[in-house]
Amino acid sequence: MNVAELQKKLIAAARVQPPDDRVPYAFEKRVMALLAARPGIDRWVWWTRGLWRAAVPCAVVALLLGAWVFVNSVTSSNATDLAQNFENTLLASVDPSDQVQ
Amino acid sequence: MERTEAELIAAVLRGDPASFEPLVQRYSPRVFATARRYARRESEVEDIAQEVWLKAFEKLHSFRGEAPFEHWLMRLTVRTCYDFLRAHQRNRESSFSDLSGPESDWLEGFVTQPEAAAETAEAAKMLVTRALEQLSPAARLVITLLEIEDRPVREIAQLTGWSVPLVKVRAFRARAELRKILKKMARDKYL
Repeated sequence: MNVAELQKKLIAAARVQPPDDRVPYAFEKRVMALLAARPGIDRWVWWTRGLWRAAVPCAVVALLLGAWVFVNSVTSSNATDLAQNFENTLLASVDPSDQVQ
Repeated sequence: MERTEAELIAAVLRGDPASFEPLVQRYSPRVFATARRYARRESEVEDIAQEVWLKAFEKLHSFRGEAPFEHWLMRLTVRTCYDFLRAHQRNRESSFSDLSGPESDWLEGFVTQPEAAAETAEAAKMLVTRALEQLSPAARLVITLLEIEDRPVREIAQLTGWSVPLVKVRAFRARAELRKILKKMARDKYL
């Protein structure tokens, strides 16, 4: 069987027979009744929902930052202290112990 | 005197929900015709149409009025249909062994005389519906919009919210998927 030809025929069949656009009786009344029956927007509900949605990303960020600070403190305790080095370099020129006697 | 679309929308946004009813009346045939492309059962079609209108009411403030209301509504309809397809993708049929009599006859007629197989036959429509139902949601959407409704890629991108390259990639995959399904149909029928 020629599948490409079959595909062409079936697509053509779908094209020549467009779907029905009939609307059920009083459909618009049903939609309007549904809209009227909907509860009003409660701002507190939206606020609470937003807070709950934000809770998980905030927890993830807090955990990541905590882990980063922990790992940093462990590695920096063994390494040279950058702040101390900076201070030594800055004050080297006024260090009296380095002055020639 | 009949109020214009812009007047009706402005009235709804000012807090007069009753002005929404003429919009529902005017555009429901388009919404139903689109929904019937993706759902077979009438109850599902009505559910889709209802959801489209509820969403349209909720999001009406986001309609800027730069394009016609109908375009905005069609975007909403197509996206709702896509959500429907994704929610119901587990219900896709998986066999062609249960073809109806007219479907089998049409297929046999096509095998013996491909040119003589009528495209207008109801059996051909049933077969294409059956094949489309087996496609993945994205493939079905893109085949319907591109091949059946003959819309340009750019318009499909606007309707679906996908980028133009993504539409092209999905169209390529969808055609391959459809060919595979038709091959399976031929195999199930003749082996």
